[in-house]
Amino acid sequence: MGRVTELHVNGSMRRIDADPDRTLLSVLRDDLDLTGTKFGCGEGQCAACTVLVDGVATRSCLTRVGTVAGKRILTIEGLAGAGGLHPVQQAFLDQDAMQCGYCTPGMILGAVSLLGRNPHPSDAEIATGMNGHICRCGTYPRVAAAIREAAQKGGRG
Amino acid sequence: MITRRDFFAAVGGGIVVLIAEDDLLAQETGGRLRGRNTMPEEVSAWLHVGEDGAVTAYTGKVEVGQNARTSLTQAVAEELRAPVDAITMVMGDTALTPFDQGTVGSQTTPRMWPQMRRAAAEAREMLLDLAAKKWNADRAALHIAGGRVTAGARSAGFGELTRGEKLTRTIPASVALTAAVEWKVAGTSVPKVNGRAIVTGAHKYAYDVTRPGMLWAKVLYPPQFGASLKSLDAAAAEAMAGVKVMHDGDFVAVAAPAPDLAERALAALRAEWNPAPAETDSRNVYDYFKRNARDAAANPALVPYHIAYIAHVPLEPRAAVAEWQDGKLTVWTGTQRPFGVRDELAALFGIGGEDVHVIMPDTGSGYGGKHQGDAAVEAARVAKALGKPVKRNWTRQEEMTWAYFRPGGLIEVAGKTAPDGTVTEWEFHNYNSGPSALASPYAIASRKEQFHAVRSPLRQGSYRGLAATANHFVRESYMDELAQSIAMDPLEFRLRNAKEERLRAVILAASDKFGWKGRRKTANHGFGIAAGFEKGSYVATCAEVSVEPASGATKVLRAVIAFECGAIVNPEHLRNQVEGAVAQGIGGALFEQIEFAGGKITNNRLARYRVPRFADMPAIESVLLDRKDIVSIGAGETPIVGIAPAIGNAIFDATGKRIRRMPLQA
Repeated sequence: MGRVTELHVNGSMRRIDADPDRTLLSVLRDDLDLTGTKFGCGEGQCAACTVLVDGVATRSCLTRVGTVAGKRILTIEGLAGAGGLHPVQQAFLDQDAMQCGYCTPGMILGAVSLLGRNPHPSDAEIATGMNGHICRCGTYPRVAAAIREAAQKGGRG
Repeated sequence: MITRRDFFAAVGGGIVVLIAEDDLLAQETGGRLRGRNTMPEEVSAWLHVGEDGAVTAYTGKVEVGQNARTSLTQAVAEELRAPVDAITMVMGDTALTPFDQGTVGSQTTPRMWPQMRRAAAEAREMLLDLAAKKWNADRAALHIAGGRVTAGARSAGFGELTRGEKLTRTIPASVALTAAVEWKVAGTSVPKVNGRAIVTGAHKYAYDVTRPGMLWAKVLYPPQFGASLKSLDAAAAEAMAGVKVMHDGDFVAVAAPAPDLAERALAALRAEWNPAPAETDSRNVYDYFKRNARDAAANPALVPYHIAYIAHVPLEPRAAVAEWQDGKLTVWTGTQRPFGVRDELAALFGIGGEDVHVIMPDTGSGYGGKHQGDAAVEAARVAKALGKPVKRNWTRQEEMTWAYFRPGGLIEVAGKTAPDGTVTEWEFHNYNSGPSALASPYAIASRKEQFHAVRSPLRQGSYRGLAATANHFVRESYMDELAQSIAMDPLEFRLRNAKEERLRAVILAASDKFGWKGRRKTANHGFGIAAGFEKGSYVATCAEVSVEPASGATKVLRAVIAFECGAIVNPEHLRNQVEGAVAQGIGGALFEQIEFAGGKITNNRLARYRVPRFADMPAIESVLLDRKDIVSIGAGETPIVGIAPAIGNAIFDATGKRIRRMPLQA
């Protein structure tokens, strides 16, 4: 496969020049300076690197950039609209659903994806749907509360 | 490096308050580190009100997720009578902030928080002085609130009062502070001050920092601890376009303009190593502790408990960017001790502390694991050798191998109880894990409590709560063993021996909220309680678990924690901290353990090292006891100590089996 020269990120086409085998995470962070997408483990275990690819939560550390050329990629930097924060972002603030905040961008995008496929998840469905995300500060119950709040407010954004 | 004299040159005019170090802080530094400090020695915090009215407070403390940035902002807002959003907190920057020992030991709230309040209280008085002079008004008739001073019909923002001024005041630590019962901003749930930067991904952690022309470095580590480099063939790496190799003794690094190229260059290095014999492994380390302690206990009644080594696993691994310019070094890194890292770098390169500038962006957590400057040292060495800015981001595997661990330990305990439940004798020995909270908080007439230092086979260091977690686990498990020996209820047994009013208060609060007395036993379910004291604060935790009979798999269903740390600074952030500690503590209680053999960590990946996840969460409820009559104490650590013994005791209640190890795996 040839080099990847374009990537559709956060609503605009970005010019890049990347080996298709590179990770999407590295291209976002190191080529496009979209550092809101975090490196946590590099083995798909923590989901700090979560982005949305065509609306679906995807671990960018395990995704080769060559496989997402032509797809719509949304990072945390592109989530808030012109009207302000996305309802899930606002719910995370309302519920104080963070401590160090390093897992937060991935958590938020994971939550957006979850609500996209299940607008009113039960507590068990939240736990199952978000179980791939690690928060070492232990804010899980608050993240779950934020997802419930966003769901109540119709937070699909 | 800013001195008091040129402070105004850097920040512009206005008023500045310098806070004198209190006696305790002077004792803590012992004068030793102060000698190397280029800041005015007596200063531990300072606060500036600019000519535009902007309020900036400077502290060497750092933000690692414990919300110190918010609580210190509240301290300033409270005493200065200024809005929270008018205040900027500059933290952990060795060129801008006064010297600080480090953000460790839950000291920000008991030490720095009152100092910030003193600085702000003094600035408030200065503003009132200025207004009284300017308006020729009776000072007693002035009112200050919401960032404005008013006198009758006259009103001015802070900037109107400080314009054209260059006032400095150094004040003793004894200035009067607003009583906790009068607080309007302190003691309330002010939201995280930089929360918006977190949820939008705008905040730059050390892992995210870049510099123009920067190279990415990778370091060649030995295949086992202690191995030394025998030979190196770097020809293949050096032949790669753009790659540079640095070789200095056993330190070998590669650098490249792109991270994946640096990775390939590292893989292209061919090295031979002289092996080092491993003294023990994770199975046999407990015997090793006892064997290698010089004054090991001999009482045959002692019961052994095992504490595994665990990793901090901060979600942001260690990271640093280093840049040299004209013999001066600037480093961006995530650390709990920016001044410690500064001194580490200055000593390594033989330069003065004033020639090293360490900048600490709010970091992706630490839990006691980011005290050293490992990544900063590596980045700075490579940057110096190659003459370019260098970034060194550790991988997860590096983080879980070459950082340091929470100490493992062997703890031996024995005790006796009278038929009425009074503990009459207590003997407790901790090998290697540490002396924190070694002393039982219960009233016991005859006691012997001893810490035995052992040379650890693994690099070890601080971890949230230090050894208080291990010591509470064993103490509170064994308290249950004693209660069981006389068939007494575990709550009643604790209350029989807890004489301190504050300890009794958390035990009663937790057990009431939990419904301890009305608990109903069902098959394979159990209930446990534990209590303790450390670093000035009190905690009690109750847990309900279910245990699958065949596998022994334990699920924590419910946890109730009562916590008391004096006057509460920020209720919502305290609740977050307390409940988060319970969530994190479940990992050390049930799953987390570092496995090692042959001088290697054998489970240094998240796929092999299980940490708590959503599905592991019980319902967590907290009771916060607000003691406005007691000074505010730190809360980042002590809430973690009760959950492991509460779970262990609940497992015993469910199964009749006492598991004497952490993690609680039979």
